[in-house]
Amino acid sequence: MSENIYKPYLMEIDNIIEETPDVRTFRLKFKNLEEAENFSFKAGQFGEYSVFGEGESTFCVASSPTRKGYIECTFRKAGRVTNALANLEIGDTVGFRGPYGNTFPIEEWEGKNLLYIAGGIALPPMRCVIWNTIDLREKYKDITILYGARTVNDLVYKHELDEWKNRPDIKLITTVDPGGQTPDWKGEIGFVPTVLEKVSPSSDNTIAILCGPPVMIKFTMPVLKKLGFQDKDIFTTLENRMKCGFGKCGRCNVGKVFVCKDGPVFSYEQILELPEEY
Amino acid sequence: METTRKLIRKHSLELLYKKLSASNKVYAPVTATDKQVEYKYNPPFSDVTFDHIRSTLSVKNLVFPKVENLFIFSNSKTESSITDVNLNLLPNVVLWGSHPCDNAAFDILRSIFCWDINDEFFSKRLEKVTVIGLACHTSDDYCFCTSTGNAPNSVKGSDILLSKLSGGDYIAEFITAKGSSILASSPELFENETEEKAVIAVVNTKFSHEQVTEKLQTAFEHPFWVENSLRCIGCGACTYVCPTCACFDIQDETKGKEGRRYRSWDSCGFGLFTLHTSGHNPRHVQSQRWRQRIMHKFSYMPDRNESLGCVGCGRCSSACPVDMNISEQLEALQNI
Repeated sequence: MSENIYKPYLMEIDNIIEETPDVRTFRLKFKNLEEAENFSFKAGQFGEYSVFGEGESTFCVASSPTRKGYIECTFRKAGRVTNALANLEIGDTVGFRGPYGNTFPIEEWEGKNLLYIAGGIALPPMRCVIWNTIDLREKYKDITILYGARTVNDLVYKHELDEWKNRPDIKLITTVDPGGQTPDWKGEIGFVPTVLEKVSPSSDNTIAILCGPPVMIKFTMPVLKKLGFQDKDIFTTLENRMKCGFGKCGRCNVGKVFVCKDGPVFSYEQILELPEEY
Repeated sequence: METTRKLIRKHSLELLYKKLSASNKVYAPVTATDKQVEYKYNPPFSDVTFDHIRSTLSVKNLVFPKVENLFIFSNSKTESSITDVNLNLLPNVVLWGSHPCDNAAFDILRSIFCWDINDEFFSKRLEKVTVIGLACHTSDDYCFCTSTGNAPNSVKGSDILLSKLSGGDYIAEFITAKGSSILASSPELFENETEEKAVIAVVNTKFSHEQVTEKLQTAFEHPFWVENSLRCIGCGACTYVCPTCACFDIQDETKGKEGRRYRSWDSCGFGLFTLHTSGHNPRHVQSQRWRQRIMHKFSYMPDRNESLGCVGCGRCSSACPVDMNISEQLEALQNI
């Protein structure tokens, strides 16, 4: 039996959550129990999800490795594959290859405060590490989550935001861009960098994990620096177009660094070494 | 390591060719009607050329086909099944008369396809190939093998290397066990070497690839890339003809419930290659793509794959519709 590295696992859609009109979360279970048994991954890793006949698309695993027996992915209907995925129903089959890439160094973060900052559809690639650290809650000090979206409608994981909001051991700050609020909106109104500056979390013994659109990153970084965060204590997960997922197809590289092999998780110290090609 | 060298007369070469053709697919260069040289399976020996400088396409398709199935699937709404391609059914192939530049490319391709996890589509194909290389006795201005650590008579990648003697016979040098087994199975075709010397092309060195690699360390933001790629039309011909370009795309194709997932040659010269679904493109202008091609071959690969991504065959320069000459550019790069 040959080892076909391009062959996906067959997964059954076990549950679908409509996060926003164009964002879905799938819970996927392995059709083959032996494959389910042997499968493991860590926070930060990604995979190639496919609809047979349409092709593959790359997303991070959005569920935590502490939640066994399934994986989840969250995607926005944007291209050919994600539109095809969005048309599927519970019980349908999708392909999954992975896990690929490196991981968030959560063991090194033990005993520290964690500050998660996400914008829009960039919460899904961080949801895995967020839940992973929440599930190991006693190992970390304060956990703060700052999440912003353009409008209230664009916030994903609304059910979980409520759960996090109600937990005394998690500080959740949600914000929407000015004009994006609804009459009953209780969260902040303002862009993520502005709200971050207002909340002004301490950088002392704290790791910041940041993911969002380039414009959010661009304006959030100076605020983090102002708050005293060191480059080595700021982490992000990069995305570049990928096909293979394991350093052969040649397109996700940033300089000599493969996002698929050396990333997708990078510290800002590492990112500053990279040419601007992401 | 000392290799065995034997003389093989032109008429014995024909006998060897016929013998190998009986039990293998022999992939050999022929001159097409338009004077272009192309490789064909089992052409008559009388059609096989021994005097070509370079074939239009490289021979990488033997180990990395333009399009190849990764698996076959059948798909209904809830039931999907995947059928593997049986790579054990691949035929034995003798690559005949390929030049040292093309043969050196196999190791480079291996460094891409097998650097981390082994890509069996590549490695199983390579296992089936026996290379009977042909040292170059002619060259042209596009050739720069000697600048990339190769030579017109380099044995790298060959199982047997043939070199033409001035009288028209050949010296066969047996490099590997695969090569020696051919000698062992047909000893009657070979004679002892004489004093006669092989005719080897002269290919002058145009640049030092070590110096180019060194220069590239700090050249990412240099205006060189824009200046030297203004006329690039992004056609991808350079990557298509290149013996070491291995970037690929993966796509699905269906007919009814049946379909295939395949990979196909792709090119870093195309804007679509790195385009995100959001519309963002990390390499949004042609100069960034040209820089990627040179950087990948002369900086990233030496660093990551421990091999240069170029063998100096000169195909990209000769195929370029706007005459971007890679060896001239590398020569210039060395001096920026």
